[in-house]
Amino acid sequence: MIDGVIALYIFMLAAFTGYEVISRVPVILHTPLMSGSNFVHGIVLVGAMVALAAADTTLLRVIGVIGVILAAGNAVGGYVVTERMLKMFVTAGRKKG
Amino acid sequence: MPSVSSIQTLTQLSYLVAAALFILGLKRMSSPVTAVSGVRWAGAGMVLATVVTLGFMSASPLNLMLVIGAIAVGGILAWISGKRVAMTDMPQMIALYNGMGGGAAAAIAAVELYRGSEHSIAHLAIATVGGFIGSVSFSGSLIAFAKLQGLITKSVRFGGQKFLNLGILLLTVALGFVVVSGFDFGLPIGGLPAVSLFFACALLLGVAMTLPIGGADMPVVISLYNALTGLAVGFEGFVLDNAAMIIAGTVVGAAGTLLTQLMAKAMNRSLSNVLFSNFGESSAAGGGTVTGTQKAIEASDAGVMMAYSQKIIIVPGYGLAVAQAQHKVWELAQLLIDHGVKVRFAIHPVAGRMPGHMNVLLAEAGVPYDLISDLDEINAEFETADVALIIGANDVVNPDARANRASPIFGMPILNADKAKNVIVIKRGQGQGFSGIDNALFGLDQTRMLYGDAQAAVGQLIQAVKAAG
Repeated sequence: MIDGVIALYIFMLAAFTGYEVISRVPVILHTPLMSGSNFVHGIVLVGAMVALAAADTTLLRVIGVIGVILAAGNAVGGYVVTERMLKMFVTAGRKKG
Repeated sequence: MPSVSSIQTLTQLSYLVAAALFILGLKRMSSPVTAVSGVRWAGAGMVLATVVTLGFMSASPLNLMLVIGAIAVGGILAWISGKRVAMTDMPQMIALYNGMGGGAAAAIAAVELYRGSEHSIAHLAIATVGGFIGSVSFSGSLIAFAKLQGLITKSVRFGGQKFLNLGILLLTVALGFVVVSGFDFGLPIGGLPAVSLFFACALLLGVAMTLPIGGADMPVVISLYNALTGLAVGFEGFVLDNAAMIIAGTVVGAAGTLLTQLMAKAMNRSLSNVLFSNFGESSAAGGGTVTGTQKAIEASDAGVMMAYSQKIIIVPGYGLAVAQAQHKVWELAQLLIDHGVKVRFAIHPVAGRMPGHMNVLLAEAGVPYDLISDLDEINAEFETADVALIIGANDVVNPDARANRASPIFGMPILNADKAKNVIVIKRGQGQGFSGIDNALFGLDQTRMLYGDAQAAVGQLIQAVKAAG
């Protein structure tokens, strides 16, 4: 569906976006932001779901199930730890202000 | 029932919205004030993409049940572990969740490659590259997790290791070539066996690459694997024609690469140096300039010294994280502030196990931002400080990095704690730190060692300061 050259454009623009978004981040937010970006690549979940949905042999189903479990762990775990970390920063920020 | 094409359009539009939410979320996460809303925006994008995918998925009842069951299993386990993990153990949990993402990308690649024939060469090549990167990130992250969790305590190093790793890499690339081209070099490994061998080698490479890397370098490695997982997800997005995966994966790949560079730079080491040099090995020979003996001090004396100081700079390190001493340290700091002492916290960019690790812990304890300074802001102030209190930090205050060319960390920017009038070092014992390098600071005339677990030692200091006041 996505044409080859168009895909390359998406790739290039997304790469610049990622670089720009993180380039102005203060050091104190590096760990939460690494955690946050770790959560964002949890979108691999939708790919794993599609791959498992199309599986038609036992081998493919086993691999697909492993993939979905891992991906769900990435997404949910990534979200939970990122939110926990960032909540602390908000508290500290309010104390200062 | 809506037509197939309108369902596809709707799914694609939801992915577009999700991708926008991810980028806006990351943007908002880059400022402390909007950070929590940032992760929630990204979370909303994730829920949207997942629900729409699930709702419009064409799957057999069995596959649909498997999908829902697998999401429940992975999601619930991760939810519980994520809620329970202590703040101090955050780095290894990030490594673990990151490895899971890499493994998921590799699993997608495996499904596509085992199915094989329906794809063009270009699709197979992209799936193979993504599967390779994802597999390395998966097994490598698991080793990083095991090391930080203390499950693996030794860095495995032996002669010719680099050549072995290079051999595994070349073998993996060759197998990848077989998978993509179908050309089997006349060996009986065509088709499915080649795919299996390819993944086995890629997983082995991740293990072999990560085992020799010392604990001090783990933040850089985790950040690198985070970027690699992003890239792998992006590649598999191309294979599945999934724009949300392409955009989110690539954004993380680029952002993670930049973050990795920033970290390596803060340690004054190149990335190849981290990955391919056996750090710490030369320290036994290179630590020859350490002179003087370590002089111990009692907590009561140290407390008196601090209570009557004008200015104290606290340098936290990994030892603080291990002992969970952040709350005690803030209690001590508040007590000293009440005594009229000027207290500052100095944070080295790579203190702890990740950049910002110390900031997270101090924020947890409630230390306000304006008391926390980074290396450039604070270094000139050590000369006017009466006491530099080093809590479980080692390499980041080692003056050898400035002066001793033979030291493995020569050239790394450090906090100039040795310039303070007095230095008190809280340390578990007399041995070397995590990186295995001797620290010249500990032998200086103005340095006193307070041995013990950081939490217990700071507790004793609190009692001593109270007694002195």
